[in-house]
Amino acid sequence: MTRSLEADARLLYTGPDWDYRRVRKAFDAIERIAIEEMGLNPYPSQVEVISSEQMLDAYASMGMPLFYRHWSFGKHFARDEMLYRKGMTGLAYEIVINSNPCLCYIMEENTMTMQTLVMAHAAFGHGHFFRNNQLFQTWTDADSILDYLGFAKRYLSECEERYGADAVERVLDAAHALMSHGVHRYPRRSPLNLRREMERERERQRFEEQNFSDLWRTLPRRESDGEASDPDLDARRRSLGLPEENLLYFLEKRAPRLAHWQREILRIVRIVAQYFYPQRQTKVMNEGCATTVHYAIMNRLHETGQINDGAFLEFLHNHTNVVFQPGFDDPRFSGINPYALGFGILQDLKRICEVPTDEDRNWFPDIAGNRDALGTWKTAWAEYRDESFILQFLSPRLMREWRLFSILDDADERELVVEAIHDESGFRQVRKALAAQYDLARHEPDIQVVDVDLAGDRRLQLEHRVLDGRLLDAQSTRMVLRHLANLWGYPVRLVETDAHGDRVLHTHDDVMPDGGLL
Amino acid sequence: MVNIVDRRLNPKDKSLANRQRFIRRAKRQILDAVRDISARRKVTEVGQKEESIRIPSDGLQEPAFHKTSNGGTRHHVVPGNKEYRAGDTIPRPEGGGGGSGGSPDGEGEDEFQFSVRRDEFLDLFFENLELPKLARTQLSTVEQEGIQRAGFSVSGSPASLNLTRTMRNSLSRRLALRRPKRDEILALDREIDRLERSGKEPQRLRALVQEREALTRRSRLIPYIDPIDLRYNRFVPTPRPISQAVMFCLMDVSGSMTEDMKDLAKRFFMLLYLFLERRYRHVDLVFIRHTHIAQEVDEDTFFYSRETGGTLVSPALDEMERVVRERYAPGEWNIYAAQASDGDNTPSNTPLTLQTMDGTILPLCRYFAYIEVAQERDWGGETVLWQAYERLVAAGHPMAMRKVHHRADIFPVFQDLFTPVLRRA
Repeated sequence: MTRSLEADARLLYTGPDWDYRRVRKAFDAIERIAIEEMGLNPYPSQVEVISSEQMLDAYASMGMPLFYRHWSFGKHFARDEMLYRKGMTGLAYEIVINSNPCLCYIMEENTMTMQTLVMAHAAFGHGHFFRNNQLFQTWTDADSILDYLGFAKRYLSECEERYGADAVERVLDAAHALMSHGVHRYPRRSPLNLRREMERERERQRFEEQNFSDLWRTLPRRESDGEASDPDLDARRRSLGLPEENLLYFLEKRAPRLAHWQREILRIVRIVAQYFYPQRQTKVMNEGCATTVHYAIMNRLHETGQINDGAFLEFLHNHTNVVFQPGFDDPRFSGINPYALGFGILQDLKRICEVPTDEDRNWFPDIAGNRDALGTWKTAWAEYRDESFILQFLSPRLMREWRLFSILDDADERELVVEAIHDESGFRQVRKALAAQYDLARHEPDIQVVDVDLAGDRRLQLEHRVLDGRLLDAQSTRMVLRHLANLWGYPVRLVETDAHGDRVLHTHDDVMPDGGLL
Repeated sequence: MVNIVDRRLNPKDKSLANRQRFIRRAKRQILDAVRDISARRKVTEVGQKEESIRIPSDGLQEPAFHKTSNGGTRHHVVPGNKEYRAGDTIPRPEGGGGGSGGSPDGEGEDEFQFSVRRDEFLDLFFENLELPKLARTQLSTVEQEGIQRAGFSVSGSPASLNLTRTMRNSLSRRLALRRPKRDEILALDREIDRLERSGKEPQRLRALVQEREALTRRSRLIPYIDPIDLRYNRFVPTPRPISQAVMFCLMDVSGSMTEDMKDLAKRFFMLLYLFLERRYRHVDLVFIRHTHIAQEVDEDTFFYSRETGGTLVSPALDEMERVVRERYAPGEWNIYAAQASDGDNTPSNTPLTLQTMDGTILPLCRYFAYIEVAQERDWGGETVLWQAYERLVAAGHPMAMRKVHHRADIFPVFQDLFTPVLRRA
């Protein structure tokens, strides 16, 4: 009798209903496990209770609690709302915002167990990932994002008042069309100061003097060199900072005919795009991290008797739904479930760290049997993105379990070919192909501004380096180019070349601005 | 210490502004869709509930650079291999590689589906019509004498006697004047009876008898209900807008009316219905079709059955007059009528038609709209009915007439039709 009383006293809650006291109690218990036992390092969080309507609202504006206004968000809302009302889609259990403090939305309809799960998942799983992953550290500023969005919203509504909603809408339409090409993929060099510049110059000279050899002068020149080092082109490129792959950045800085406020709008869209860029690269890892964390925490809560068996079974039911991965021939199949893949790899990693097989020792000599699964996880969460994570940590055993295989789809062939399967000769190829699926740089066309005809009609020249022979979709490209031309103010030409830029595969018609913006 | 914030009470519809922007953007497509829906629905069904509409997505795409879904090579890694070995070939699945879990490269949506709320739907409908504001107020302030409760009075008809008030007054008066209670008198009677039977205490008996007589006299002097207790419900006449309307749809269904013409008529009726429905709490519809005879029918029969016969207009007007007399007292109902016809009428019927219109129908109606759905004719000359009605309009009756040849004419004509109401006001 006393035993069961003691057990009851340890329970955080019983039954499905939640209230603030229980949510707070559960949060504190989770926090104890996450911080003290697991040593996670998330942002402090703020839990916000919302209704399903508000969840739909949040969906429509990219999940952010505040956002500027644009018809496309209304369109998404209209669709989400209809799908939800008709029961075709459910709602997410949570939304979590990469901000400091980390905003974590929980829905009022959920049971207490779900709230516990969601808090462990979002506030500690995602929260830790946001704070520690190097992509997020490099590209996002969690402290200021909400303030910035507030500024953006205010700024755009002031612009609407001053210049008219239509004028603002046209700039936003154009900017949104280029959003996927409005991110910096690599950290930029900070400008050098004069002293460092001179030092480098001296160093360069010294190097040249030391390595001077008159022999080089006697070498015959290659024919093609003449064109590549066209001094005009080089000078022009240097002055305009070309080639430039961040189209929005280029337009913001260089487009000759934009008004100040139009540049500012481009900047806002660009900064939002940049903020979301890490999320798009870390879907598997982010969800894998959060799922792993909630799994560990919920198990721990159950072990320590803080939740009862009923709650734990409810959790398991939800958890298995989340990490369910149907096979390719299953009617429910719709691609690889990032939750399942991320969770699968991380759990497998734990196994490799703790009870490795010979195969694991062979494939992962540096971590196999190191008995520090948590530390290995944390390193992975901090240092990798999806592509490199899969390439590094997808084990042969998991590939066998999932029965992964790689198919080659060549449009010139009549049939698809199975390139590699989960066997000794195929592991590396399958893993490489799967990692490539998560490489944004492979998915998104590589488009750069390469030249501007400054002396002539100021035509902007873009180049698409075609990968795997996949050209751009003609119709949508034309629409995007129209937006681009409107922002640039002069004609735009897009040329598609092969991966080395040697051979022109396709030239899109020049697109003139239609004057809609000016 | 974690912050737990309840956001459920925050204002809803945070994305309303976005939705309005979206609807403004998609206005043209939505309007087309709305018109399309209005063609398919029954007259009374239009705008009754949330409409799910499907609009083409031109102008609503959010284009972005993306690679084509055909051409080139690509690799897919998928789980669940059962039988394949490296080097096996698989027939290409139907629909361009989608079966093997191809990444959704394109938006690939030609159409966009979402639901419009009822008020949005009607706003769209009427915004397009741009009805003059004054016409709305003019129509909505139609008034009728009504009576309304206005407290109590000391006089009135017995039917409006307010029992509660009256009895309350009576009770307080009886208490104040100490009218003897029935129980007291009964108790006294029993005591007297007992003393009489026993024959004891003659003195007490005498005193009791005297007391009994005093009580009886007192209760006779103080009546149970006095005229000053009476209270009546008081009513005052007040002007009140009539909140119900009836709309008569008259249509010539003789062989000369083609399906196209009926479709035009249906659209027109529907607009009028919606227009009225926005302004009256309750709108009844009466469908009267006529050839050389007229009868009241239900909506389906009205629009979809075919009749043969000659064309006489006056029977339809008589039928309408009969229905009004039987069911729709002009004092209680706002009566509207819309007549659609190809303009045929047997010439000998014209004087009778005019007489009925002038004498009976037009005085009943708030508004009478006549639309002629004839095909465009090359040869001049107006139809018989048109010529006849022109005289009525010239005489300044609340009536308007227009010709409609194409679907596209319906909205302008409808708008046009309601302008005279404004002018008369």
